Parts: sequence; structure tokens; C-alpha cells
Amino acid sequence: MTGTTIVAVSFLYLLLLFGVAYLGDKRADAGRSLIANPTIYALSLAVYCTTWTYYGSVGRAASSGLGFVPIFLGPTLAVALWWFVMLKMVRIAKTHRITSIADFIASRYGKSHLLGGLVTVIAVLGVLPYIALQLKAVSNSFTILSNYPAIVMPAKVGAGSWLTDTALYVALIMAAFTILFGTRHLDATERHEGMVAAVAFESLVKLLIVLAVGIYVTFGLYDGFADIFSQAAERDDLRRLMEMGAGGNGYGSWFSMTLLSMLAVMFLPRQFQVAVVENVNENHLRRAIWQFPLYLLLINIFVLPIALGGLMTFAGQDVDADTFVLTLPMAQGQGWLALLVFIGGLSAATGMVIVETIALSTMVCNDLVMPVLLRFRGRSLLGREDLSGVLLGIRRGAIILILLLGYLYFRVAGEAHALVSIGLISFAAVAQFAPAMIGGIYWRGGTRPGALAGLAGGFGVWLYTLLLPSFAKSGWLPEAFLQDGLFGLEVLRPQELFGVVGLDPIAHSLFWSLSVNICAYLCVSLWRRPNAVEAGQAMLFVDVFRQSRPGGGDFWRGSARVGDLLPLIGRFIGRDRARHAFADYARMRGVAGVEALQADAGLVHFAETTLAGAIGAASARVMVASVVKEEPLGLDEVMNILDEASQVRAYSKQVEQKSLELEAATRELRSANDRLKELDRLKDDFMSSVTHELRTPLTSIRAFSEMLLEDPKIDLEERKRFLGIIVSETERLTRLVNQVLDMAKIDSGHAEWQTGEVDLIQVVEQAAASTSQLFKDKGVALELALPAQVPTLLADRDRLVQVVLNLLSNAVKFVARDTGAVWVTLSQVADGLRVDVRDNGPGLTAEEQLVVFEKFRQGGNTMTDKPQGTGLGLPISRQIVEHYGGRLWVESRAGEGATFSFLMPCGKSTEANAQAG
Amino acid sequence: MTKKILIADDEQNIVISLEFLMKREGFAVCIANDGQEALDKVRSESPDLVLLDVMMPRKNGYEVCQEIRADAGLQDTRILMLTAKGRETEVTKGLAMGADAYMTKPFSTRELVAKVKSLLDIPA
Repeated sequence: MTGTTIVAVSFLYLLLLFGVAYLGDKRADAGRSLIANPTIYALSLAVYCTTWTYYGSVGRAASSGLGFVPIFLGPTLAVALWWFVMLKMVRIAKTHRITSIADFIASRYGKSHLLGGLVTVIAVLGVLPYIALQLKAVSNSFTILSNYPAIVMPAKVGAGSWLTDTALYVALIMAAFTILFGTRHLDATERHEGMVAAVAFESLVKLLIVLAVGIYVTFGLYDGFADIFSQAAERDDLRRLMEMGAGGNGYGSWFSMTLLSMLAVMFLPRQFQVAVVENVNENHLRRAIWQFPLYLLLINIFVLPIALGGLMTFAGQDVDADTFVLTLPMAQGQGWLALLVFIGGLSAATGMVIVETIALSTMVCNDLVMPVLLRFRGRSLLGREDLSGVLLGIRRGAIILILLLGYLYFRVAGEAHALVSIGLISFAAVAQFAPAMIGGIYWRGGTRPGALAGLAGGFGVWLYTLLLPSFAKSGWLPEAFLQDGLFGLEVLRPQELFGVVGLDPIAHSLFWSLSVNICAYLCVSLWRRPNAVEAGQAMLFVDVFRQSRPGGGDFWRGSARVGDLLPLIGRFIGRDRARHAFADYARMRGVAGVEALQADAGLVHFAETTLAGAIGAASARVMVASVVKEEPLGLDEVMNILDEASQVRAYSKQVEQKSLELEAATRELRSANDRLKELDRLKDDFMSSVTHELRTPLTSIRAFSEMLLEDPKIDLEERKRFLGIIVSETERLTRLVNQVLDMAKIDSGHAEWQTGEVDLIQVVEQAAASTSQLFKDKGVALELALPAQVPTLLADRDRLVQVVLNLLSNAVKFVARDTGAVWVTLSQVADGLRVDVRDNGPGLTAEEQLVVFEKFRQGGNTMTDKPQGTGLGLPISRQIVEHYGGRLWVESRAGEGATFSFLMPCGKSTEANAQAG
Repeated sequence: MTKKILIADDEQNIVISLEFLMKREGFAVCIANDGQEALDKVRSESPDLVLLDVMMPRKNGYEVCQEIRADAGLQDTRILMLTAKGRETEVTKGLAMGADAYMTKPFSTRELVAKVKSLLDIPA
């Protein structure tokens, strides 16, 4: 097959790819996105499968049997966690317009240029071997195919001159296509829908071709899987390939390979690009979680049959197992199938190279070149009207440079390793991003120095234990370096560091680099508290799901002008685009137009994220800072914001508690208010009652006085009677006034108590003497039963007399005339002295007993002969007794008389209470 | 024809004074000492006017007033309420219950007589 045919078909295929990309971009511009489809998203993730998978899996299977499986087991396991980890990364990237993995890490640890630069360097150096691998695969397969029908292995790399080296042209052509795909214009969101569509298309192509070859070999050359396996099993050298642990692949090796590929599928720059940056809908992740592993299964299902078939077909010949996919059809004279295989390989390589170099060029531009330019030529840069051309230029230059560096690596080290080994070197490099990334989205304590130390340490170890040995093996460094270690120290043997032996080079390097990386990241992070910027970014990243709106504005305070911001953004992404973006923002904020926008924290944040999409977060921060006046927030203030915003749950719990406290306080207030209202009502009732009690005698007095005054002819008898009424009503008034005052004084605690030694026998006798006339008048018997002697009390003698007097006069009031009787008993009981006043009157009902001590309650409702009481006697008596710590109560049954009793305690408590009063 | 007045009050001295006053003005007088008795006397004695105290045992003045107004046969009975509670609400309540007039205690005997005469359409 002539080289011209192959080149022509290749270009046709690349044009087809470009057509798909062009369509994708057109549809995106028209708002009918081609990639708004979860299956397209899952297919684009399959950019993971490069020529390394396409050709290399068979090679690895031919040497180590199932040893190729971990490379695909890892991603399958990793994908299971994506609904948590990847979703979070996608959400963060969308919120902050993250454009690359370097941007992500730099942004997380305080928008650090240094960190972004380091990540970029690691990514570029780490991925170069991988790009070299693609170039090698394409150029080798081209060489092999161009010799068809002969099967000739390509000459040693570097044997030919540079100008005749196919790989160089492959590199240049790929650079041209990458520029066409990825940097036709500068997009603020840094998303490339056309590229994603093309990648999804090429993923489909390479899968179908691998399946075609697999089916051809398995069912065309052999009679299905069983036939191949049974034929292979008859040969001793092949049988061991079908066993676990073949080719020295122990479980340790399996574990490290699986872990490596788990990390690679998330942190390879191109995987981050398609999975995170190019993601258009978080829900696409749901389908990718099963479709992507399914794709991996399908593309690997024929790996072992092809490897076995190749080993049996080319037994004893010098045919590299990495080429079996291509050489098997060629050996059978299937020229067109072989050409298809070449196209599939080209497809896999192109997809990888395009996405990888776009991702890397973005990083180089945003995190390496722009910071340097801003630092050293910031003034002249800002003076230019439109910088989008400069940005595109930098990126295009970066693409060409990266591919040429890849070619250089291919020339220098390309022959030393099989395809799989080169890929693993890259995997181990990007695995260094894992601690800073995972820690960054789950741990608030990570700091910039911690991330720097971890990345630098891990990368250093990777360099020493993996990259340098790869140079040494290709003869670029003295071989002795591997044997004797640095400075001849055996402890420092790159692949047996500190005497760790028994691991394959990759596992060994992974072990040491990740250990150093994680330790340094944790220890240095813990060494000091996160500062204000780090703490703020940590909150925005770690708590991204708890933020209801795109955050960032919270952590900014200062002043800015729309007139400054708009031209600034315009210079980088083009004036029209910037105006458009600002107009959208104004619409979102419900503002009439761009001119009406308030240059507040929200707008500054919007400007910064818009710019971040074009030049990266760290540079965007510097640029925006150059036109706005920022007042730096102190750590305390950031922590305050964190307390408010991030600890939402703790806060809401607090709020809940506060509201409970508030409720309790409200309840207390309400009941206090109710008590006050009740007291107010009682006071009101009391006043009303007093008024009533005063008006009643006044009514009689006034009526009689007026009648006597107007009518002098009233006869003497009547006149006497009326004047008598007036006198007694006046007495009633006086009594009432005194009692009300007394009551008020006791109530308010202002009463004067003449406390002294009191003999209760004398008190009762005095009260009885005072009321004897009342008893005689009514013909009521009064009997006293008093002991000879009782202990004296400390109390106010006159007031105790008042109490007994009150009880006696009440009793005589209610008993029947002539037949009534009242008994007074004084007795000493356990807790004091007790006085009972018993009568044979009508008694009190249960209801009456309840209210009889209330003010202005007068007994004897049914009596026509209304007693001359004020309704204050019993309440006052009770207050007097209670003042000295005693009790006053009534026992009675309706119709059987009543017994009013009071108990006065004797002892020291009396004195204490008296003093308290 | 002599008009008959029912005096309903539980305060004996007030009853005595009102009885003397009304008799002096030439009215026939009957007496009740509580609300229930007052209602009974209104029915049995058919007085032209009731001098009705509010705070009375068994039935208060409001209840008596309400029952009189609810009885179709007693529509001609004039009711003059006397209350020792001078608050506005009590006055309003009395009038709402159907009293024709009210006076607060203590009252001027002259005014009381004038009010009674005007309620009974007797020229002063």
C-alpha cells in the first residue's frame, strides 16, 4: 500500500472529524447543542482510550496476560464514586469558571500563580511521554502499513534523519488540527462543543474498528473464544498468560495499577477537560457512570483473543505484540481492514492529542505565560485595545511547543519502553494532583504552602524514580545511575529507594511519590492556620453544595466602576463579547442596562469569573484588582462570613434553639401579662367594690339628710329614727374607710406592726368582752374554753384581738336570735396555738367556703336582715394571721354551723416573720 | 289615680328612705328586698314604676329588667335603675337591658322625684 493512499485516507478522515467539530460549533452557536446528550458525554470520556489502549493493551496482554485489566478496572471503580467526587468538581468548576486542573488547584488554594504554574509544569512534563507515545504509535503503524503486504517492523527511532521522520510530520499535522479545533476563537467559558462532538465521534470509530478486528480474529481466523483459548492452552508459553499473576504481576502490582488508573481517569488534563470543563449538564454524569465502564468493557473484550492469536500466528517471528491489531489482518492479506485499523489508531491518537494539548495549552497560557507577562509587561499589555489575539497566539504557540516537546521525548526516550510503560509514567505524574484535589474539595484545612509542598515533593520523587530512570534506560543518562544510585549511594537507587525492593518500578514510584506528597500536604497544611483568602476559597470549594448562589462576592469588599471593568474584560475576550456578557448579567440582576449596573461585590465577582474563563483565576484576580480598589478582608472577617455561610447547619440549629428560647420567653411574658391583666382586673374590681360600698351608705345619708332638711314637719319619732340611721351609716363609712386603708397597707407591706409578747388567752378574753354586748342584745350564748396557761407569742396584740373580734362578730351575726350559741376554744397543738370559733348558725356551702375569704364577699345572701359588714373582715384577718406564719380556715357543712379556726405558730419563726413584715 | 311604685333594694336604710320619699310625694309603695321578690311583686302588684337596684341577691337588677321587658303583659311598667356602680359600662348595660332611665347612688332626692314624675307623665 503506498504512503500516498494512506496519507490521503488519513486526511479524508481528519477532514470528516473536522466536519463533525464544525457542525458541533455551529449547532452550539445556534443554541441547539449537539452534545447536550449524556451518551455523547460518556463517549467523549472515552478519550481515555488512546493508542495505548488501541495497540498497547494487546501488547501488554501478550507479555503479562491479564495484566492489562487494572488499567480499565481502575476507571470502572473510580466512576462508581463520580456521583460524589466528580459531581462536586463539576459544580465547583462551573461556579468559578474553572478552565483547567491547574486553575482548579490554584483557585482552591487562594488563586496562587505559583501553584498554578507548578501544576502546569507537572502536567506538561508528566504528559509529554504520553503524547510521545501517540506520535510513536501513529508513525510506527504508518511505517508498517506502508510496507504492506510485507510485515516489517519499523527501524529504530532516530535512525533516520529528522526530516524523513514520519513522527515529526505527524506531530506538526496534529498541531495544526489542534489549533483548528481548539483555538479558532477565545471563549469566555473555555468550552469547545465542536471538539467534544469530534472526540465522541472518534471514540465511536475506534470502538467499532477494534470490535471489527476482534470479531475477524476470533470468528474469522478461529472458531470463537473457546477455540482460541483451547488452542493457546495447548502451548506451555501461552497457558501461563491466562493465569492470574502472569508475567510477574503480583497483587501488589495489580493494586498499584488499579489505583493509578483510578486517579488518572480523574486527573489527566484531558480527562479533566472532557469530564469537568466540557460538561454541559451535571445529570449527564448519571448515565456516564454505567456507559463509560460499558465502553471500557467492549473495547477490551477482544484483547486477549487478539494477543493469543498474534502470538500463535507470529510464533518465532520478529513481530512486536504492540502491532498485532494491525499486523494480524495484514498477515491474512486483509489490506483494507488493516487500513481501517490504522485509521482507528490515528483516530485514538488524534482525539487524545487534541484534547490533551488544548488542556495543556490553556494551562500554559493561563497559569504560566500570562502571570509572567502580567508581572513584567503588565503596563504595556493593559495599554492594548484587544488582547484576545495575544491570548490566542500564546495558546497556539503552546500547542506547537508541546507537540514538538512530545516529539523530542519520542526521539530521546521513545525506544526504551513499551507503549504501556510510557503511559504509566504519565499516570504516575498526574496522580500527584490527587492529594491537593481531593483534599481541596473535602478538607478546609489545606493551605497553599501545603499544596505546594505536596505537589513539589511528589513530583520530585516521580522525577527521580520514574522519569530519570526512563532516560537512563534509553542511554541518555549513564546506566550506572540506576545501579549505584545518586552520588553512588545505594540507598538512593532510583528504583529501590531506601531499600524498598520487590515492587515493579511504577508501584515503587507511586508508593514513594504519593507518600511524600500526602505527608507534605498534610503536615505543611497543619503547620499554620489557613489565611483569609485560603479559608474563603476553602469554604467556596468544600461547601459548594450548600451555597444557594454562585459564591465569591461575599469575600470581596471595595469599590469599582463599570466603566473600568467593561473595557478590561473587553480587552481579553473582545469588546462585543464582553458587552454581551455584561448585558446578560444586567438582565439576570433585573437591571435596565449595562450602564445601570451597580459596581458592587457581585459585579466585580462576575467580572473576575468571566475573565477567569479566559485567562485563569489567578491572573483574573490580578487584572481585576488593577482596576478596582479592594479593601482586604481580615481573617476574622472571613471567619465571620464562614460562620454565617458555611456552618449553615450549626447556625440553623442555633436559630432553632433561639426560637425555642424566644417561644419560652414569649410564653413567660404572656403568662406574666395575663397575671398582670388579672391583677389589673382585680384592682379594678376592688375599686369598683369599694366605690359601691362607699356609695351605698352615702345614698342613705344623703337621702335622709335632704328629706330632713326640706321637710321640717316630719314628726319627732321619724326624725329620731332617720338621724339614727344617718349616724350608723356614718359609722359604717368610717369602718369601711379604715378597713380599706388597713387592707391596702397590709397588701403593700406598709402596715405598721407593733410586735411584742402576746398571751393569746388575754387576747380571746378581751375580744369576748368587747362583743359581749352584741351577744346579750341578740340573746346568743358565748362559751369560752381556755387553758390555764399557754406560751406567749411574738405578734401584734391589737391585730390579733381584731382577728378574734372579727370571728366573734361574724358568728353572732349569722346565728339565730335567742337560740344561737358560739363556742371559743383555745388549745396548744404540735405546731402552735389554735383558736376555734364554732357556731350553730346556718353554716356555709362548699361554694361559700371557697369565696368567703375574698374581699367584699358578704355572707347571708338570703337574709333580709343584711349584716352591717364591709366584706373586708375575713380577708384582713387572714392576712394578719398569715403575716405571722399562721393559717386561717373554715370548716363547715350547710345547716350544721361553721367553725372558723386559726393557728399561730410559736417559736423563732414567728419573730423572723415579724421582722420580715 | 294613685300611681304605684315598687322599691327593689337589699339595703334596708335605702328602702326606708325611698319609701318615705315616695309616700310623701303621694305614691302608693310596695317593697322587694331581692331580685326574685321584685319580679314577683311586679307581677302581683302591677306597679307603674320600679325603682330597681342593680346589686341584689338572688337576681340582679339587669336580670329583673330583662325579664320584665320579655313579658308582654308588663310592657307598661317603667323602670328606673339605681346603681351604686357609676361606671359608664354599667349605665349602658342597664339601658340596653330595657331600663327607661338610670340614676347613680347617691342621688339627689329632688332629682329622683322629678325623674319619677316625668317617667309617669305627672306634671312637676
